[in-house]
Amino acid sequence: MLDARPSPLVEPLVRVRDLKIYFPIHTGLLRRHTGDVKAVDGVSFDIAAGETLGLVGESGCGKSTVGRAVLRLYEPTAGSVRIGGEDIATLSPERLRRKRPEMQMVFQDPQASLNPRMTVAAIIAEPLEEHTDWSRARKQERVHELMDAVGLNRAFANRYPHAFSGGQRQRIGIARALALNPKFIVCDEPIAALDVSIQAQVVNLLEDLQEKLGLTYLFISHDLSMVRHIATRVAVMYLGRIAELSPRDDLYARPLHPYAKALLSAVPEPDPMRESTRRRIILQGDVPSPANPPRGCNFCTRCPEVQPQCHEVKPELAEVLPGRFVACHLVRPLSDFKTAGSTGGTFGAGTVPEPNQQGETR
Amino acid sequence: MALSPLNQRRWRNFKANRRAFWSLWIFAVLFGLSLMAELIANERPLMVNYKGEWRTPFLTFYPETAFGGDFRTEAKYRDPEVRCLIQSGGMEDCLYEPEATMEALEAGTLEGAEPGWILWAPIPYSYNTINDLGRAAPSPPDGNHLLGTDNTARDVLARVIYGFRLSVSFALIVTFLTSVLGITAGAVQGYFGGLTDLIFQRLIEIWGATPSLYIIIIVAAIWAMDFWLLVGLMVLFGWTALVGVVRAEFLRARNFEYVRAARALGVSDAVIMFRHVLPNAMVATLTMLPFIITGTIGSLAALDFLGFGLPASAPSLGELTLQAKNNLQAPWLAFTAFTVFAVMLSLLVFIFEGVRDAFDPRKTFR
Repeated sequence: MLDARPSPLVEPLVRVRDLKIYFPIHTGLLRRHTGDVKAVDGVSFDIAAGETLGLVGESGCGKSTVGRAVLRLYEPTAGSVRIGGEDIATLSPERLRRKRPEMQMVFQDPQASLNPRMTVAAIIAEPLEEHTDWSRARKQERVHELMDAVGLNRAFANRYPHAFSGGQRQRIGIARALALNPKFIVCDEPIAALDVSIQAQVVNLLEDLQEKLGLTYLFISHDLSMVRHIATRVAVMYLGRIAELSPRDDLYARPLHPYAKALLSAVPEPDPMRESTRRRIILQGDVPSPANPPRGCNFCTRCPEVQPQCHEVKPELAEVLPGRFVACHLVRPLSDFKTAGSTGGTFGAGTVPEPNQQGETR
Repeated sequence: MALSPLNQRRWRNFKANRRAFWSLWIFAVLFGLSLMAELIANERPLMVNYKGEWRTPFLTFYPETAFGGDFRTEAKYRDPEVRCLIQSGGMEDCLYEPEATMEALEAGTLEGAEPGWILWAPIPYSYNTINDLGRAAPSPPDGNHLLGTDNTARDVLARVIYGFRLSVSFALIVTFLTSVLGITAGAVQGYFGGLTDLIFQRLIEIWGATPSLYIIIIVAAIWAMDFWLLVGLMVLFGWTALVGVVRAEFLRARNFEYVRAARALGVSDAVIMFRHVLPNAMVATLTMLPFIITGTIGSLAALDFLGFGLPASAPSLGELTLQAKNNLQAPWLAFTAFTVFAVMLSLLVFIFEGVRDAFDPRKTFR
């Protein structure tokens, strides 16, 4: 139902439903369970094969937790994560281990995610050691192949991670993730720890690999311009929930959720003329604690357009325009527009003005 | 066996530390020699030629009758009678007048003799040989006893050679066993954490509160103390030493990004523990090991000094120290014990310092 593709009969590669991850809080002498940090509180999305879902949001909103839970690096409290038709959340440890080659991860900090005591060749070959019984020569051949694919010199195979720059280290991490020909890769802020000049290289590499190998990405980032560059669709998260999930161009042209509006207004414009007229929406107050989220809509404490009902009823994520999902009482679902006509709602129901620029930017 | 590049680097780094490298060589030579102590200090000859026949008494039992004597007990090679028997080829005169017979043999006036010979070890006394000094023991160093004798007229040099071997092997065996146990326990606790860790830690606290010296004294009162029983007791109370360090390292490292990455790659727990986490714990463990080894040597010496360790006949450096304390008029005992301990412990500390630095991935060498 949340799939952007026209055919609902084919299950998307990744289908996350009502995912919840609560970290328990224990207090007192007896370590009694007194509450939960609701890091992720009911998140649902689909990722079709070959597309890139960007996941954006401010620090602490739970986007990395979603990424890790999708690969079951955290145990989900509730909900299902189906990848390739199998529910990852309930697989037995051994079945899960054998499923791992299909789904891989590129980590945020390339320095920390590579074992400093292993050579590049050993790091890239590790998944091969675990999941194949190939001969030494064949493994080495594959390692060299992967190093070529990510643009690393083969001669560096026996060097240690410390001998590489940040961008090169991230290439090592990508090569490791690619070793077993995965279908789905979670990129957990893969560029956050890199220089701006290197960021573009790594993102371009990820795009090239996607084109060549038909990969599917969940691209987690707080860099809205990078997400605009790489993502097919974008999900905006706030305090453990998805506020808006829309095709990339629609979202950037006209965000619907008040939080998405505020977030996107923070993106600087490269054009100085337009930059001078950019209207920045400054939100008041702080993000509430995920251990004690507000009643009703979790954005109600800071929303510039807050209504009385926002404090009472939690808005569900609903399709308001074809392919656009918003969790807000002010943005009424698609069916309402059909009955209310073109005058109703907080925005016009007409088509998004800007043309799809997908062909140009890719 | 080919070393991995990492271990090659470690070996290069270790060699770069000259003090550690030479200490390792000196220690290896000393320990190697002490492992061959039977060839260096032995009251039985290394080789005997009796009536043209080759015999190796330090390996094989020969009764005195085998050399033409009267007794069926082991030949006492240091007695003039037995020497005379071997060198003369079993002349009966040796049993009555060994000195006169030997003189005649050397002068070549003895009829019917089949000359044989005896090859002695460089130090012809074992650690428990009680020598006939003809004076009061302990005797000061002289030509026969290079480091003098102790209060039961045993050669100090022979005892030191055997004592060095005993101390070092005891320490190495105890350290190896305690490390294996301690690292395993610490790894399991740290890696799995939570309830496993909680229960294990409380058990270790209770175990650590056991007064081990009393247990050793009680056990020694029930069973006769020997080397392996003492090893067992030391391991029983020593394995907790490494648990804390290893556990802490595992607790720290299990949340490392690359450990999480390995988990995401589908690497099994055992392999993650062994390949990714244990190397992190190795530096801390190796930093602890010299303390454990020197501590074990010290404990053995202390137990022997107090008289609760190995039996008094065992060639123990602690027992030598006790004798030194009881015989202040014989300073060669104290000097010997002190020097041996100082050299042995210093060499070990130098070696391990080098090993620790070589294992440190952040340390750079020129």
